[in-house]
This record gives sequence, structure tokens and C-alpha cells, in this order.
Amino acid sequence: MSEAVIRIADLTRVYKMGETEVRALDGISIDVGKGEFVAVMGPSGSGKSTLMNIVGCLDRPTAGSYFLDGVDVSSLGRDQRAEIRNAKIGFVFQNFNLLSRTSALENVELPLLYLSKGGMSDKEATERARTCLARVGLADRWDHTQAQLSGGQQQRVAIARSLVNDPAILLADEPTGNLDSKTSEEVMAIFQELNDEGRTVVLITHEPDIAEFAKRIVSFRDGKIVADVPVARRRRAARAVAAGGAK
Amino acid sequence: MTKTGNILKVAFRALGRNKLRSLLTALGIIIGVACVVATIGIGEGARTQSENQLKSLGTNFLMIYPGTMTSSGARSGFGSNSKLSELDVDAIREEVSSVIYVSGTIRTVAQVIYGNQNWSTSIQGGEVDWPLIRSWNVDQGQFFTDADNRAAAKVCVLGMTIVTNLFGDEDPIGKMIRIKNIPFRVVGVLESKGGSMMGQDQDDTVIAPYQTVRKKLMGTTAVGGILASAASNDMVTRAQEEISALLRQRHKINKGTGQDDDFMIRSQTEMLQQAEDQSKTMSMLLWSIAGVSLLVGGIGIMNIMLVSVTERTREIGVRMAIGAKGGDIRAQFLVEAVVLAITGGVLGIALGVGIQRAVAYYAHWPVLVSTNSVSLAFLFSALIGVTFGFYPALKASRLDPIEALRYE
Repeated sequence: MSEAVIRIADLTRVYKMGETEVRALDGISIDVGKGEFVAVMGPSGSGKSTLMNIVGCLDRPTAGSYFLDGVDVSSLGRDQRAEIRNAKIGFVFQNFNLLSRTSALENVELPLLYLSKGGMSDKEATERARTCLARVGLADRWDHTQAQLSGGQQQRVAIARSLVNDPAILLADEPTGNLDSKTSEEVMAIFQELNDEGRTVVLITHEPDIAEFAKRIVSFRDGKIVADVPVARRRRAARAVAAGGAK
Repeated sequence: MTKTGNILKVAFRALGRNKLRSLLTALGIIIGVACVVATIGIGEGARTQSENQLKSLGTNFLMIYPGTMTSSGARSGFGSNSKLSELDVDAIREEVSSVIYVSGTIRTVAQVIYGNQNWSTSIQGGEVDWPLIRSWNVDQGQFFTDADNRAAAKVCVLGMTIVTNLFGDEDPIGKMIRIKNIPFRVVGVLESKGGSMMGQDQDDTVIAPYQTVRKKLMGTTAVGGILASAASNDMVTRAQEEISALLRQRHKINKGTGQDDDFMIRSQTEMLQQAEDQSKTMSMLLWSIAGVSLLVGGIGIMNIMLVSVTERTREIGVRMAIGAKGGDIRAQFLVEAVVLAITGGVLGIALGVGIQRAVAYYAHWPVLVSTNSVSLAFLFSALIGVTFGFYPALKASRLDPIEALRYE
């Protein structure tokens, strides 16, 4: 394994619900190296969403350390975390979370608006957004709004948006949860291609067959890691798509 | 892509998405700003107009009215019984050196007939100084003479409105008109003077010698009032004091024993003051409407912005997740509130100028759209946007991105 993009040690996240304390994450340690494709699995309440919030710098751990791309991000303030999210993390959500009545191109350009170190010219931003749209095969749909795109297309726009700032990791939270199986495979094919190009992908899912597109599966239960295994027979999504969506 | 440009674009798009709602929200601001603009404009127009009209009354003009009087303990109202006499007029003429022109006046209303045309109008009696006091020149023919006055000659000078209504295109000079069945010869026509301060048509009048009106038309001995001109602007107050002293002496009024004057002297300055007081009352009213309206408008903006923050919680979450800081979100909603307020402000300015024009048109006032009032209104609305947009914007910027992303 090469250098670690994510290095988590003894990470704990405790929520206080009135009198009771909920240990959503209970002293977990995990490293994710550059170029890995990790699927995080587990039933509801297992702590995988909490992990995704902390890995995504949306939340802070109660205890433990988290280094993202060599930077200790566990104790950063709100604005600093926003900067880290902008620079190092590409989010892909289950429900796409595109801005409505906004063209695909503008959606993809959005992260470039919030660059902390000096903006870029309109022209440059548009150029980069177009490249990313082309990367997910939607070059000709740049002016479509959310309503004019199918679910799969929307998710591809969201992936393009996550790529536009050239992040250290792609963080996908149930990216196929709202898609049918054929479209899911198309989307997973894109993730696999991006991973083949060297991008680090962290995928959160509860579907075993989707997890099999990854290279490594980390399973959670009750806030702890119960399994961390490489995928023995990795599925190639492109092949599944070619086979007509048959599972 | 510049941040400011995009924030503006997003703001306009968000407002454009709910056009009717945005318009209704802006309505409070529209009305408030319209009030501000109209108030200032109407106020200035009215002031300019009353100044012009008071100047048109004559220079250094003084008016002496019969005042209230007390008889057997009962105080009767203004002008109820004239104690002014022709001898008072003569006394002022002879004894008050600060006065250069004096004329007794009297006024009645009568029907004026020429040929088959008739017209009801006010008939004013005046002496030869009358046109000099009123700074009112004769346009055609000439004014009657002192001899006409003393002889109570049946001659008259017409205002322009009378000429138009009775004579049309015909030349009125030398023609005979009938007032209360008495034939009068028209010797002159006054130049047009337009509306008065109270909106009356000053040209709708007939001027005849004082003695003629008093004896032939009214059959009274009382003087309706005395018009006078002070020798100069600095002399107005002095003239007022001297006339008061003279009339008190002549009417045997002792101020020391608390006796009321039985006359009133009004100067042009006082009338100007009164006119200003009137427009001030009007202004106060409009300003308070403006104030309340702007406040309500501001609250409306705050309300809609809070709704908008709630509606767009998810969008805020997405923006935060991809790197927007609290300040970016705050700026976005603040700009939106300001854009809404300023749009209202601009529409309000347009409406205000419209109102002002309409009022000016009907009141025959000059239209004065001051850049001051427009920029003031603009500034006001922007300020309201910032003030009332701040809390919703703050609320948006403080949302937790995790919660916001999960919001349905």
C-alpha cells in the first residue's frame, strides 16, 4: 500500500441524546491508501454514515485522530473544514443533490465558486467543468437542467461536480440508492474507471453486489469495524453493462 | 467565475422563481419608497408654488382685515363686523410713512352679463393703488382712475377668465356689461395670473372702483379690508407695527387692559409661513405612512427570507458540503434581501414620481424630482434589505451541513 490518503486512529464519535450517550463510532482505526477503492458496508445505525460525515469533514470526531492527505483535520473549525471539503473531497450523494433549475454546467462549476485561494476566470472554470462533464459522458448535455436529465444522468453530473476541484478522495454515499440496477452499473462503471486512473474512492453502501465493484470491503456493526477484507472476485461494472444489466 | 457576479445571479434567479411572491414582498418597500419620493417632491413643489403665488400677491404685501370684536362680553368671529372705515384707509395713507401704496377693498359675488352670456364671479372693489399693491398689470386698456373712484363711476377691469367666458374672441374694451342689472363699461383687462395658493382661479374676477362697489352694488359703509404695500422688504415689520399702533389709537383699543384688536394684519411672510405649516402637516402624514410602510415592508422581507432559507435548506447543505463557508451563504442571502429591497425601491421611486406628477398636474404645481429624494429612497431601501435580511442570512449561514443535507 502506498502513502495513506486517509489515516484514522482510535476514532470515536459520541452523540448525546438527552441523558443517554450513543457511541456511533467506537475507537475505530483505518487507513486508506492512494488509489484504493473501499466500500464501507453495514446495516443502518452501524456507524457508516457517521464515518462518512467525519471522513467528509462535515463533522468532527469526539476523540481520536484523522489525517486527510497528510493534514490533521480532526480539530479544524467550520470555515477551515469548508476549505478542506472544497479542496480535497468530492461528494456524491444518494439523491444527487443538484441545484434545480440550474444547468448541468453551472452545477459542475459550483465548487469552483468557493475556491479559498483565489478564484479562477469564468473561462477557465467553464473549461474545467466541460472537461469533467465530458469525462462522465455528458458533454452534449451541459445546458440541461435537473428536470431534463434522467436519474443516472443526474448522478453523472454530480460525479462531474465532485471531480472539478481535483480532490484527494471521492466520497460516495449510497450513490446507487436511487437508481435502478442497470443505471447503477453504469454509474459504478464510471467510479471504476476513475479508480483505474488512480483516484481514491470511498463508497458507502448497504448493497453487497454494489460493494463488489470495490477492491476492499470494510464492514461496520455497532460502531466498530467487524471485517476488512479485499474483494476476492471483483466485478467489472463495464462488463455487467455490456452483458445487458444481468446480475 | 467571479463570486460577486454569481451571488447576484443566484439572487436574481431565486427571486425570479417566485415572481408574484417577490413582488408582494416588495410591495411594502414600494409603497414606503413611493411615499418618501412623493412626499419630498410634493413638499418641494408645494413650497415653490406657494412662494411663487405669494410673490404674485404683490411685493411687501400687507393685508388688514376686520378682526374679532367683543360686544357685551360675547366675542364674535373673524370679520363679523367691520370696524375698519374709509377714514382708517386715509389715515394709513397719510400717517404711515413706511407704507407706499394703500387701497381699501371690498368683495361681493354677483352675476355678470354680456349679451346672452352670463357668468357668476367675485366683484372686487379697489382703489387706484390696487394694481400696484398686487403687482398685477393691465394687459389691454387701462385701470380706472382716482376720479372714477371718487365719482363711483360704473367702470370695471376684467380678469382673463371673465373675458374668455363672456367675450370669447371679441375685444371687451369699451363694451358694456351688466352687474346686478347695472351697466358697467369695461375699461381694461388684467393680465393672466393663474391659480392662487388655495387653487382658486385668480383671473376669475372683476375689479371695479371701491366706491362703486360699496355704494352701487353693496350699499354698505363698511370697508371689507385694506391692502397695503410696505416701502421695502425691510419695512414690512415696521409698517405692520405702525399700522397696528395707528389703528389701535384710532379705535381706542388699550392693549394694556387686555382689549382685543378689532383688526388683523397679515403680511406676506406670515402667509408664507402658514403655507409652509400646511405642507409640513401633509409631509408629516406622508412621512409617517412611509415609515410604517417601510417597517412593514422590512418585516415582510425578513419573513420571506426566512421562508426561503427553510425552502432551500438542502441547497444550503449542498453548497456547504462542496466548500461554501458560513460567510458565503450569509452573503448570498443578504444580497438576495438587498436585491429584493432595492428592486422594491426602484419600483417605488417610479411610483412615487408618478404620484408626484399626478398631484402636480391636478394642483398645477411645478414637478420637481430631486436627485436627493431619489438617492435617499434608494439608500433607504438598501438599508432595509441589509437590516431585515441579516437575521435570515445569519440563520442560513449557521445551518449544520449534515442536517441541511438530510432535510426533506
